[in-house]
Amino acid sequence: MSEIDDSQSQREAIEVDRTKGDFKYEENYAFDAGIGLSEKVVNYIADVKGEESWIREFRLKALKTFTDLPMPTHWATEDLKNINFDEIRYYLSKGQKPSRTWEEVPDDVKETFERLGIPEAERKFLAGVEAQFDSEAVYSRMKDEMSKLGVIFCGPTEGLRDHPEIFRKWFGKVIPIGDNKFSALNSAVFSGGSFIYVPKGVKVAQPLQAYFRINAENFGQFERTLIIADEGSEITYMEGCTAPKFETATLHSAVVELVALKGAKIQYITVQNWSANVFNLVTKRGVAEEDAEVRWIDCNIGSRLTMKYPGVVLRGKRARGEVLSIALANDGQHQDTGAKMIHAADETTSNIIAKSISVGAGRSTYRGLVHMPKTLRNCKNNTECDALLINEHSRTDTYPAISVRGQKNSVQHEASVSKVSAEQIFYMMQRGLSEGEAMSLAVNGFVNDLVKEFPMEYSVELKRLIELQMEGSVG
Amino acid sequence: MATLSPSVGNILDQATQKNHSQTQVGHDWFVQLKQKGWENFSALPMPKRNDEKWRYSDTRTLNLENYHIGKTPSEDQVNQLIAQSHFISRPAGLIIHIDGHCVLRPAISAELAAQGVKFESLQDALKHHPALLKEFLLKHEAGLGGSKFLALHQAYLQSGYVLHVPKGVEIKQPFVSVNWTLADGVAVFPHALVIADERAKLSIHEYNLSATPQLKALAISAADLYAGAGANISRFSVQGWSNETQSFEIANTSGAKDSLISSVNAALGSRRARLENTVRIDGPGADVRLYGISVATGEQEFDQRTLQIHNAGKAKSDLLFKNVLLDKSRTVFSGLIKVAPDAQQTDAYQTNRNLLLSGEAEADSMPGLEIEANDVKCSHGATTGQVNPEELFYLLARGIPLPVAQELLAEGFLEEVLSKVDDEESAAVVREMFRQKFHQS
Repeated sequence: MSEIDDSQSQREAIEVDRTKGDFKYEENYAFDAGIGLSEKVVNYIADVKGEESWIREFRLKALKTFTDLPMPTHWATEDLKNINFDEIRYYLSKGQKPSRTWEEVPDDVKETFERLGIPEAERKFLAGVEAQFDSEAVYSRMKDEMSKLGVIFCGPTEGLRDHPEIFRKWFGKVIPIGDNKFSALNSAVFSGGSFIYVPKGVKVAQPLQAYFRINAENFGQFERTLIIADEGSEITYMEGCTAPKFETATLHSAVVELVALKGAKIQYITVQNWSANVFNLVTKRGVAEEDAEVRWIDCNIGSRLTMKYPGVVLRGKRARGEVLSIALANDGQHQDTGAKMIHAADETTSNIIAKSISVGAGRSTYRGLVHMPKTLRNCKNNTECDALLINEHSRTDTYPAISVRGQKNSVQHEASVSKVSAEQIFYMMQRGLSEGEAMSLAVNGFVNDLVKEFPMEYSVELKRLIELQMEGSVG
Repeated sequence: MATLSPSVGNILDQATQKNHSQTQVGHDWFVQLKQKGWENFSALPMPKRNDEKWRYSDTRTLNLENYHIGKTPSEDQVNQLIAQSHFISRPAGLIIHIDGHCVLRPAISAELAAQGVKFESLQDALKHHPALLKEFLLKHEAGLGGSKFLALHQAYLQSGYVLHVPKGVEIKQPFVSVNWTLADGVAVFPHALVIADERAKLSIHEYNLSATPQLKALAISAADLYAGAGANISRFSVQGWSNETQSFEIANTSGAKDSLISSVNAALGSRRARLENTVRIDGPGADVRLYGISVATGEQEFDQRTLQIHNAGKAKSDLLFKNVLLDKSRTVFSGLIKVAPDAQQTDAYQTNRNLLLSGEAEADSMPGLEIEANDVKCSHGATTGQVNPEELFYLLARGIPLPVAQELLAEGFLEEVLSKVDDEESAAVVREMFRQKFHQS
């Protein structure tokens, strides 16, 4: 009996509060592409956005690719078959233009984002904030000095319309339409997201931020992000995601492309806290040219199924790629995350550190790819994945794939699976902590060395969030 | 016989398979078993590149055409190869096959025979112990992708041995099985069935060799090993087929409570060699060690797939596969540890180390875990790299030329596994085989 109690309290202790985003507002949309996916829907989106014909063709081609490609269930979970593409709404929007000031945002949307803390975030001197509500950005603002430096921060529609000379060159190049079934889907119906250009030598000191929220039931969100950091520039981008709980499944399928030109640095941070009905199937990849660095920091806490393997193509000499990933899977959740490092130039280095926590019947999976072809010299990769299993039937899988050729290349991969030791818990309880607090502390300790790698403001916030949630759930 | 057209005996002809079944011991169930194998083989597709279980394998060059059932070898050939088959001076028993024909039937000591030990060719065992074979023969599936090949093995099941050690009997000296290929274009299907009853102890060494190094051949082997409660099985398997051989080995081991299982796979030969090694732990307290070593040269491809299944808790398994790669060779290691939901207090480990001695060689590694119980200690590690530059410098500074220094370091790298072989004579034979391979490269 006590065993059951224990496992219950342990579960409660590390349960993260997912209710913060669990509220929704009435759905009265000015633009609605209807239910199901067809050429008509794709054309509707292109019409509403007034897109040039090449974009429409890109979308239609992608729709065909999406239809032709099979579901990747020969390696991925069968749960993908539960997505019913005919019941999803692909485009919903209250208006076409993002507001420039907070006051212009419709009240209900404003309230949504206030509850999620967006204006608050801006008050913390973020360089820019964009918020997306279903298909379109509702609020977009960037500090004036950033604009003066030539930094562009807008959505894909504006980016491709107003700055084609910058964005068209890379759009769909890092992640081509046919990369996978879901990148094809995104390419057909994408809407919203961030297009960012940082000019040569500009170092954006504060992070740019975006929030994504799904408000309508059966809605699919397909934002598209493209960040180009020109030579020697630096930028940090942060995104957060939430959705209310619905009875039926909701789909989020984004494509994020990063381009770090010579000597540039891009850091991309995600906190995914979708509610447990969301299929979160995201393709993220960066290209790093000579001496450039691309760093993905990825936290996956919510969703029903997340499949996300941020990648870096190390295209220039001495380029560096890094993925730091934390995943927490609770009952009914499957966090299928990982990383891909494609070495394509000499002396490139990559680092992957992934930590996952499985609670209850939750399942976390690490899937990785490291590739070093034969022409290369002096490349290095380090991969570490650690899994923590909390309850008796928590599940974890690790599926790395490592392919190495070439001269003086070296790769090391390590993975471990463990549980919180009874001694640790006993030690802490003996010092007056409840079992829940002890478990919470142990879990925090498990992710601590990764959290430390995060930018200061972010690691503090994340840690505080985890602590608060855990303390709150200890009875 | 001389008038037969060249296509007769081709393993892909149904007539060959039918004829093969009819010329053997006439148990109906055995003929049906082979027939079923043929049906499965015909129904199953060849593996494809996007088949997850064949990831990184070169499936395009998989080819089963133009292989024939082996003819009976001449007396001279038999005598010559038997003379080359004595790797251990005092084995507990020795069995030799050439091109699928048993040319030396094992003789075991009267003492072992009195204890109920059975070591016989598959054909003899079919005559003498049909009930035992009916119970144990080919009861495992090929879970790692090789179903089509195992089905073909089943369709042509004839050669091989059966080793059964009864309850409580402990035998220290290894049993030895040697399989030779001799004729160009031959297909062989060696089978091994090893049963160790409660607390029995045995060691089996298998040598798979070709009479000439450039012989074209196909070898599809299957080994089924059963370790009863508290039993101890040690297996050493040497894959030294000719460089133009396509070889497949599908090994399945199941371990009951408190059993001790150790297997060492050494790979030297074949143009492409695929090993599928599955160990299933069904009882608590079992302790399983899986080792593999290879030296790949030229354009060889060594494809190693392993699966450690923990169905029972409080058991341990440990795996170490080490590959040395030269020239344009390729190795694939794909390992999976599966811990069932109730297999608490499992300790399972898996390590793959690849030493790249050439810029054109390729080492692919997929160490995997699927863990469904929380109170476990599981880890895996994979590394791919070169020889340690400091160690190399140390040797070079003492006047040792670079190729010799590299060879010494590679030998040291392999020694970690060779030292696990339970018989020093056998280990020395294989150590020398590896050394010769380095020199030829």
